Amino acid sequence: MNIVVCVKHVPDAQGERTFNASDNTVDRENVDGLLSELDEYAVEAALTLVEAGEGEVTIVTVGPDAAADAIKKSLQMGAHKGVHVNDEAIHGSDAIATSLVLAETIKKLSAETAPDLVITGMASTDGAMGVVPAMLAERLGLPAITYASELSVDGGTARIRRDGDVSTQTIEASLPALVSVTDQINEPRYPSFKGIMAAKKKPVEQWALADLGVDPAQVGLDAAWSKVESFAARPPRTAGEIVVDEGDGGTKLASFLASRKFI
Amino acid sequence: MAEVLVLVDHIDGSVRKTTSELLTIARRLGEPSAVYIGDGFDTARESLAKFGAEKAYRVESPEVLDHLVVPQAEVLAQLVADTAPAAVLIPASTEGKEVAARLAIKTGSGLITDAVDVQAGEGGGVMTTTQSVFAGSYTVVATVTKGTPIVAVKPNSATPEEAAGAVADEVVDYSPSDAAKGARITESKPKVASGRPELTEAAIVVSGGRGTAGDFAPIEAFADALGAAVGASRAAVDAGWYPHASQVGQTGKQVSPQLYVAAGISGAIQHRAGMQTSKTIVAVNKDNEAPIFELVDFGVVGDLFTVLPQATEAVTTAKG
Repeated sequence: MNIVVCVKHVPDAQGERTFNASDNTVDRENVDGLLSELDEYAVEAALTLVEAGEGEVTIVTVGPDAAADAIKKSLQMGAHKGVHVNDEAIHGSDAIATSLVLAETIKKLSAETAPDLVITGMASTDGAMGVVPAMLAERLGLPAITYASELSVDGGTARIRRDGDVSTQTIEASLPALVSVTDQINEPRYPSFKGIMAAKKKPVEQWALADLGVDPAQVGLDAAWSKVESFAARPPRTAGEIVVDEGDGGTKLASFLASRKFI
Repeated sequence: MAEVLVLVDHIDGSVRKTTSELLTIARRLGEPSAVYIGDGFDTARESLAKFGAEKAYRVESPEVLDHLVVPQAEVLAQLVADTAPAAVLIPASTEGKEVAARLAIKTGSGLITDAVDVQAGEGGGVMTTTQSVFAGSYTVVATVTKGTPIVAVKPNSATPEEAAGAVADEVVDYSPSDAAKGARITESKPKVASGRPELTEAAIVVSGGRGTAGDFAPIEAFADALGAAVGASRAAVDAGWYPHASQVGQTGKQVSPQLYVAAGISGAIQHRAGMQTSKTIVAVNKDNEAPIFELVDFGVVGDLFTVLPQATEAVTTAKG
């Protein structure tokens, strides 16, 4: 089975994340970045399936130079090869343009070997919209089974468990299909020393928009179908009252709630 | 005034609170039209009328709900083409956001997700939306620049206001395309009802974390005294102490209640992302250096196993 996994390089949530004042885009230059944590589950899910049989895992990412790190980490985990789509015109792209670039990348890869599965994380940890998997499936015309907490492939059918608010569903689709996975699906492996060494020799293709036949006017900030007008740091919460429990902590807590009319 | 389509969130005709919030927002932008997919419309009619739905588009084809997400997006795309609405409002649930994503591509329209407010333009329609990003540390104002604004709105983004609506209903002639039948729902097991409010809709949420050491009894008792929903930190869920559906945080639910109580939760960024926009925040933690105390309106440094039962008793007594 051949699997394409789409991953994203994101600003580290543990650091100070901010915006570029000049164009209201996410600052991706002056911050530490890493493979989006939620994408590690997608890489792990793909590796588990391929290791149980045969085939290759191809990692695709769209982003500036630093995004190469997201591919590197995935290759260290055990993926076989990578494609890095990097083009200045992509800066400031919204989810709609991102899904276009990803779709065209997968179509180009399919010209050689069509993937049986496209796997993604459930959302990025920066934009966190969670819409790219659905958009990508829409553009590729693939059936999408999303938010998988369990995934199995049996013959030509992929089957997932999806834990919703009101029910737990079993959902299936015929291959080829797109699957998005949650952080409940597995425990992503850490790269081994052997994996880290092996990753250095794995092929990573560098593609620009021209390689995909995507018109630069279709992507980037100016082509976005929505735009951020302004951003503002949330004012720090004013320091609240903190009491040390001396046997009456619960009573004080209840009094506070009463003073705010919650009781 | 132009129509504003509102995708109704319901369980067999029992309309969820998010729909009354969306109808309330829709009235600022134009004339609300409910889009109702599935059985139970007669049950739902009353609550749609109460919050000002002037029209209701109904789709009853049973096979629509046998397939994941896509049929709903196709129905909305068909209605967008037929009615040229000023905007489409969709609940920002996992499923709602997928519907919105596909609708955006199908109709060539810009999309905003997780809006916590929607401001009307002069003469109706969506002017701008407000979102809370980066774990609630920034607020951004955004606008749709192409097509029909599609906005996925978070629960608790508006206070439902009653207004009589005519609910003139019209059955939509729709059958799913082959593409819409790709993902087949073969089994659906309803969750066992806890009797507590739904986590994302609740006015009060009481959450437990590592500090519970697996014993959620004091959390649940305090929640029940307050009529609250129960949440859990990722640490508690990963340890198997509470179900994932109750996880509050970046990879769980994002909640924005009037009151959030964090007990035995340190307040890591992963958790903050799910609760930082709560109106009032209260914490109980043994560690006086826990980062959660940076967020609180009121905090108790102490053992949740003594503080919460005492508070529960005081609340129960006060409520009589």
